[in-house]
Amino acid sequence: MAKKIGIEVSLAISEAVKLADVDAIAAYPITPQTHIVEHLSELVADGDLNAEFIPVESEHSAMSVCAGTSAAGARTYTATSSQGLALMNEILFIIPALRLPVVMTLANRSLSGPISIWNDHSDLMSVRDTGWISIFAENGQEAFDLTLQSFKIAEDHRVMLPINVNIDGFTLSHVIEPHEFLSQEEVDSFLPPYDPPLQLNPDKPVSMGMVGIPEIYFEAKKAQDVALIESKAVIKEVFQEFGEKFGRTYNVIESYRAEDAETLLLTMGSIGETAMEAIDIMKDEQGKKVGLLRLRLWRPFPVDELRELVKGIKTLAVIDRAVSFGGTGAPVGGEIRSALYSTEDRPYVASFIAGLGGRDVTIKDFMDMVNLAEKMETEQEVHEYKMIGVRE
Amino acid sequence: MDALNVYAAKLAPQQESLAPGHRACQGCAELLAVRLVAKTLGQDFIIANATGCLEIVTSSYPHSAWKVPWIHVAFENAAAVASGVEAGIKILKKKGKYPVDRDIKIIAQAGDGGTVDIGLQALSGALERGHDFMYICYDNEAYMNTGIQRSSSTPYGASTTTSPAGTESIGQVTMKKNVVEIAAAHDIPYVATASPSYPFDLMEKVRKGAEAKGPAYIHVLAPCPTGWRLAPNLALSIGRLAVETKVFPLYEIENGKYRMTVSYKNHRPVIDYLKPQGRFRHLKEDNIEFIQQYVDASYERLLKKIEMSEG
Repeated sequence: MAKKIGIEVSLAISEAVKLADVDAIAAYPITPQTHIVEHLSELVADGDLNAEFIPVESEHSAMSVCAGTSAAGARTYTATSSQGLALMNEILFIIPALRLPVVMTLANRSLSGPISIWNDHSDLMSVRDTGWISIFAENGQEAFDLTLQSFKIAEDHRVMLPINVNIDGFTLSHVIEPHEFLSQEEVDSFLPPYDPPLQLNPDKPVSMGMVGIPEIYFEAKKAQDVALIESKAVIKEVFQEFGEKFGRTYNVIESYRAEDAETLLLTMGSIGETAMEAIDIMKDEQGKKVGLLRLRLWRPFPVDELRELVKGIKTLAVIDRAVSFGGTGAPVGGEIRSALYSTEDRPYVASFIAGLGGRDVTIKDFMDMVNLAEKMETEQEVHEYKMIGVRE
Repeated sequence: MDALNVYAAKLAPQQESLAPGHRACQGCAELLAVRLVAKTLGQDFIIANATGCLEIVTSSYPHSAWKVPWIHVAFENAAAVASGVEAGIKILKKKGKYPVDRDIKIIAQAGDGGTVDIGLQALSGALERGHDFMYICYDNEAYMNTGIQRSSSTPYGASTTTSPAGTESIGQVTMKKNVVEIAAAHDIPYVATASPSYPFDLMEKVRKGAEAKGPAYIHVLAPCPTGWRLAPNLALSIGRLAVETKVFPLYEIENGKYRMTVSYKNHRPVIDYLKPQGRFRHLKEDNIEFIQQYVDASYERLLKKIEMSEG
């Protein structure tokens, strides 16, 4: 087993990007993503990474430059957070439509206002329908591994879609954790160089980003949707190959001690680690029949896997880190209700919102949510969503 | 001068990278200018195009008028996309993943709205970073693609659909933003104004801009018969009048040195330029006098800059 190195998660991600031999990085500083791109610019400045680092004047231009570098055929990376992602919004839609395999780390942070630099998932949820593959990492090792795997998934000719790898801002980005790095040889054996199916080259001129008249726009969007849905098979294939090669296997939904459970918690991101501790206490000390699902793949949504994993479950407590103001459920909770609506014997779905703007979600909070969800199930309480840990 | 152009036209490159059959309006001077740019650049160039007239008339899927690689992403980011293409090819060449024996020019092109308004930040960023590319603004002095709304490049007194002339307004009440000088303020190797009414001057500037090491900016006045309320057969002559009346002087700034590239001993009054255009038809004598004074003063300032850079 390789040696574990204690390093900040942001730096570990930069090392993964370096190992992927990225060609171009365009980025604009925004907390808490900054350490990633700072370290990448150092790697380029020191000659450790042979890449173009383009320090742009805004995130809108960061994503636009990424469109240019990727269309030129360069392996392209960027990172952002919160308002930066919001400013990119317009271009985020166009990158997957152009089928450009840009990889982006999203150090998740709440959106203004009030302005807050702390963590939740409102930034990602605001770009849910842009057509990117969205993957969540729960710790530094996962962030490192998933960054490398993302290049392979995105650039697969069956996929050709951009990916955002989500890490919780500060909770992961600024924390020093032990990481098991891969060597350059190991990475090279796993990740081939990018072979663009189309690139901007006068030898074979192509027109990219043409006008979609009504006779073609709908078909273009259908093709894009099919590509995103079908990317799941490749994602699972790459997860599998990575696991076989390096011993760390990822799943689109991770399941933790869910056997014999009657109630399941469902989380995304780093709170899954705290939730595991809560599950251990509830199972081992209180004898409760509980378990945990951690959603790794947010887009394309793993509908079939979810349906399989909740079979026979009585109560499912979904914990969101974002609000869909005035909606019928929090973003993940609502999605899961939709995914399960057509299934027989579906569990009762409690939709909770917790930990907005960096508010801690503690072990006790998870235990309280389990108890509350079970009570709501017993009473078959009709609700859209409930906010947990907020002063009223 | 007129006779010279007629003869010299035969010497222009025969190659066409912009195919005929695009959907531009009759008499569109923008497309004439683009054709001249494409002729000058040959085949080894890549275009990052902003949203706008030029984009929609040349790229209605499945028909593309472009025989060279072309990418359109959005409205305000042509300069940023071009930055990316330039940086991408640079690193791929360095890593041996792109043909190194070819000198491929990267061109960003946009209208005035995509340049002077919504695209100004991306333009400034790209010029400041020093990418080796050429940005060409085809300025038809309003948002023509969306229906003749005013931009900050619309001249004083012009009536547009969002700066309409009325009892309480003469139309556009602000002066045309001088983006040529804004570009020059980035201390880039080459900046120029150009006009399709002066094809060889334009082509020479495109050649210089392409050869410059670093960013180049060319601002082309592109008369728009539709938006200027002008007969389509007058597009080129109105472009000539813009120069003859000092409204749009043709000059270049090469490594900081100003030079007038087309000069006339005697200039015509601005009324000769304003009169044929329906967008100015409402202007009264005192409005025209005000415009004349403004044009004279601007021209004087330009002459001083030329004088200073000669000294």
